[in-house]
Amino acid sequence: MTEPLLQVAGLTKRFGGVVAADAIALDITAGECHAVIGPNGAGKTTLVGLLAGEIAPQGGSIRFDGRDITALAVHNRSQLGVARSFQTTSLFAEFTALDNVALAVQAHAGHSFRFWTSARAEAALREPALQALEDVGLAARAEARVDKLSHGEQRQLEIAVALATKPRLLLLDEPMAGLGADESARMVALLRRFKGAITMLLIEHDMATVFALADRITVLVYGRVIAGGDPASVRADAAVREAYLGEHDARHD
Amino acid sequence: MKAARKVLGVPLPACWLAPRTALPAAVLVVLGLVPVYAAATGDPFALTLFGRIEILAMAALSLNLIMGYGGMASFGHAAYLGIGGYAVGILWKEGIGSGFVQWPVAIAVSALFALVVGALSLRTRGVYFIMITLAFAQMVYYVAQGLDRYGGDDGMTIGSRSSFAGLVNLNNAAQLYYLCFALLLASLFLVSRLVNSRFGLVIEGTRSNERRMRAIGVSPFRYKLVCFVIAGALCGLAGALLANHTNFISPAMMYWTRSGDLMVMVILGGLGSLFGPVLGTVTYLLLEEALSRVTEYPGLFIGPALLLVAIFMHGGIEGLFGARRRD
Ligand SMILES: Nc1ncnc2c1ncn2[C@@H]1O[C@H](COP(=O)(O)OP(=O)(O)OP(=O)(O)O)[C@@H](O)[C@H]1O
Ligand SMILES: [Mg+2]
Repeated sequence: MTEPLLQVAGLTKRFGGVVAADAIALDITAGECHAVIGPNGAGKTTLVGLLAGEIAPQGGSIRFDGRDITALAVHNRSQLGVARSFQTTSLFAEFTALDNVALAVQAHAGHSFRFWTSARAEAALREPALQALEDVGLAARAEARVDKLSHGEQRQLEIAVALATKPRLLLLDEPMAGLGADESARMVALLRRFKGAITMLLIEHDMATVFALADRITVLVYGRVIAGGDPASVRADAAVREAYLGEHDARHD
Repeated sequence: MKAARKVLGVPLPACWLAPRTALPAAVLVVLGLVPVYAAATGDPFALTLFGRIEILAMAALSLNLIMGYGGMASFGHAAYLGIGGYAVGILWKEGIGSGFVQWPVAIAVSALFALVVGALSLRTRGVYFIMITLAFAQMVYYVAQGLDRYGGDDGMTIGSRSSFAGLVNLNNAAQLYYLCFALLLASLFLVSRLVNSRFGLVIEGTRSNERRMRAIGVSPFRYKLVCFVIAGALCGLAGALLANHTNFISPAMMYWTRSGDLMVMVILGGLGSLFGPVLGTVTYLLLEEALSRVTEYPGLFIGPALLLVAIFMHGGIEGLFGARRRD
């Protein structure tokens, strides 16, 4: 078996008395879609923050592509191919959709100490950016300012920006958050298209979505991994049913 | 191909007579014609007033680069005016009258000072950033006060303006004025190129959302620092001009209230718009001039006027004419 793309061991993060990540161990194989589920406050966003490099762990290690990246800064991890989307949309609000994506392309096209030619006129930046917008179905809104986009369009743009960095590992923190049924369905279809081509860590609340997309699932409760494996075994796991699925089903039935 | 051109190219200005291009154009034409007016009326005062406006507009332009585009609210920008001015004054005093030496030194020392201040302040945020930049500026102010050889607290009259080997004669009021005008135009051009370049987009993007900037793979610090240095250098040049314009340097050039004035000019004109600082400077200095003729306390009226701008005109003067607003 080849080495997993991402290997997480003993990853720990405490916020005061709250243990948001409790010795998390996790492997993600290249090409898989790995879902992380868990109730509110389980530590899912914290895990994404730890993997992206925004949060420094108090213990444990992260290996990416055979390299220890535990101490690496956010921008360095991005350069290695770790991209993320934010649970709460985080974009360049005064820029157009295209500018947002083009800046992500630019960030991965060498340094930006270029002072004279207009970056907005550089086909080498605009064309791949437009392609990424097309990939998420947002090409028609390329010239719209982000703060004029609907919430759903902003969520799509989050994905386009992440894709524009040519990620090898995509960390998606509830990409469907706040979307209506139609928009969610479109987002699921979008993610399904990238499935296999891009390794994904998907955080998602909706069980139907998770079981539709994920190759493997990790269940997080109070910062601890309480179960993991393929969807069928997770669905059957008694501890999961009690801690998470049961509660979830109860809400819907 | 029309759609592609719109997406891939720089969008062409819709119309040259649109209010947002008409006003800057009108202001520049008026500035360009001031010497004609002065010659016709034989009144040199207009040259003095508008020359000063152009110089401070350059300083405001440089402050806008870091404060408006970069979101770095430096509260010590007058220090660069002072450093540029003192470079000219000190070199003159030491017998070096050539502008070819004085001005590059003014620019280089300002850039170096910006490098030091930036390196120490740019990792801090908000009030801390403002306080550190202010502290450095006050430090330079007190150093200048202590320079007894160069006038100390009282300042020093500069005996002769920078000489440029006959290329341009700064003792000719009109030539000095047109040099200021040309350098203002050049600064506008420089800033317009800069803010639309890859570098400029990183600067603006960082102001907009630094977290996002890091997430897409850019560490903003070096870019902010370079931006800070460019702004410092440009303002140092304005300082060299100012020393030539007034034939005088004094610590008062860089007192913290002068930095405050520059901030007000930028905010008044509209943060982060290319031409806003020029409009803000013109408005502020003309208002100050007009009020100083009718009252001993122009500040008493300028203060409330600014308050109204802050409350009712979000994008500054430029915002009134439909330029991009930024909140
Ligand atoms: N910066 C922080 N400071 C203090 N506590 C924090 C911080 N970030 C997260 N926490 C706490 O850590 C725990 C895990 O939070 P986290 O946001 O990772 O959960 P989550 O699984 O993403 O929740 P949700 O489903 O609501 O998005 C929570 O108890 C939260 O209050
Ligand atoms: Mg979360």
